[in-house]
Amino acid sequence: MSQDPSAAAIEGLIPGETTRIIAALIRIAGSFDLAEDALQEAVTAAVAHWPCSGVPKNPAAWLTAVAQRKLIDYGRRAQTHRNHVDELSRQISQGHGSHEDPTDSPETWYPDDRLRLIFTCCHPALNVEARIALTLRTVGRLTTPEIARAFLIPESTLAQRIVRAKNKILEARIPYEVPSRDRLPERLDGVLAVIYLIFNEGYAATTGEQLVRTDLATDAIRLARMTAELLPDEPEVRGLLALMLLHDARRAARISARGELVPLEEQDRTAWDRAQIRDGLEHLGTAMKKRRPGQYQVQAAIAALHAQAGTSADTNWDEIAALYGELVRLTPTPVVALNHAVAIAMARGADEGLARIDRLHRFRPLATYALYHAARADLLRRLGRRAEAREAYKEALSLTSNRVEQAYIRRRLAAFG
Amino acid sequence: MRYMMLMYSRETPEGPSPEEVEHLIRTHGAIMSDAQKKGVLLAVEGLKPTKTATTVRRLEDGVPVLLDGPFAETREQLAGFYILECRDLDEAIEWAKQIPTSCKGQSGCIEIRPVADLPNPPTLV
Repeated sequence: MSQDPSAAAIEGLIPGETTRIIAALIRIAGSFDLAEDALQEAVTAAVAHWPCSGVPKNPAAWLTAVAQRKLIDYGRRAQTHRNHVDELSRQISQGHGSHEDPTDSPETWYPDDRLRLIFTCCHPALNVEARIALTLRTVGRLTTPEIARAFLIPESTLAQRIVRAKNKILEARIPYEVPSRDRLPERLDGVLAVIYLIFNEGYAATTGEQLVRTDLATDAIRLARMTAELLPDEPEVRGLLALMLLHDARRAARISARGELVPLEEQDRTAWDRAQIRDGLEHLGTAMKKRRPGQYQVQAAIAALHAQAGTSADTNWDEIAALYGELVRLTPTPVVALNHAVAIAMARGADEGLARIDRLHRFRPLATYALYHAARADLLRRLGRRAEAREAYKEALSLTSNRVEQAYIRRRLAAFG
Repeated sequence: MRYMMLMYSRETPEGPSPEEVEHLIRTHGAIMSDAQKKGVLLAVEGLKPTKTATTVRRLEDGVPVLLDGPFAETREQLAGFYILECRDLDEAIEWAKQIPTSCKGQSGCIEIRPVADLPNPPTLV
């Protein structure tokens, strides 16, 4: 995570703490912008003072205290917010805030401020692009240029998106709260969807030269790890974390030295990150102990079976096909049905898989989905139906703008001679 | 904060059936009495169909022009509104989820708009 140099230096001292600090400041200020300004000033003060005075015992508390004083200054300057300033001073003097030497005050933040922040940034009243941008900026602490680069959009567009989201939160009064118990599952689904979208954007960019945009995948994993710590009783959060860890563990093997996509069965399994796989398996195990399955846990279980197979031939395809059957039940989307068909082809033969894939053609979204035609082509090839396979690869090629995917399909086509 | 819930429904030439009218009266009645009991009901009105509407549009030269009917052909027309005092958007969304919109099983929607506070409200004499 890179930021401007001084903030990065602070982040180096207290990793992850800036999210905690900004979450507390937003609650106190009632404004994303004022909180960011106050934190920025506190960081500037730290950069000026710490080299001479030494780093305080609790740097996070120091920064929070200084930022809170800045917030009071802002309030005094804006006379219209008189009452709010009184409330602020009251809160701070009651011990939610700072003292002169704030060396050890865990009470500076409420324990769930970061959760408030996550749920607010992922509020369903914000459009999904705004949720992604705001979550990366405010929770993930990425800079606007970094996010814009990752999504290949102009910086000004991204900046506008964030401004618009923050204004809507303020103007429409989106609450800075963790949803109530009865609404938590629904709202949590929304949060996990945002994190997974960020991961997928990083993992398989749909356009451009580079298939894996490393940073976004790492950022998504970091966000999921934090959410899992904050909501330890929600197994789907850990399920998503496990899923992303297991997928991301294959990163080095997924792209060849020439920048080409390497399909799972051809990947060099010694290049998989074993430590990360162990981490993923552990989180999946913890999640499954809760006995409340969900789509992310099932997907992670599928990824775990792949990760544990010594060779492609050793893969437990029967089990994977059964898990995809479960996933179709949980999330009946055409793409999941396609994966189910492919798993059945691996478990019970290309014939049966192809019959299923052909039946899926009636789903309109699949007819224009490159990977649908690529999967169909692979099965036709295995069945020796070369002419049909070639046609299907050509169809797939015409439907993807991802150059790495294009290169993979071209390689397959070339194999026909 | 005050929120205006704008109800958009699809109008049909023959209007809602007696059973639908009965259903609408019952559902809106329940919401209104609930909102009133909680002290958050600031206003609620239903509107006559758009065929009774007149639009005044000021053209570029500043001269007002009268048009018979609504200003644009849209699938869903404004059919009424509530103004409710809510703590935040989440509370407003909960109210909006209860408000019926459909006529004859057709689609409809509720638009939630926070009411703007005027910086200096005009004093009425």
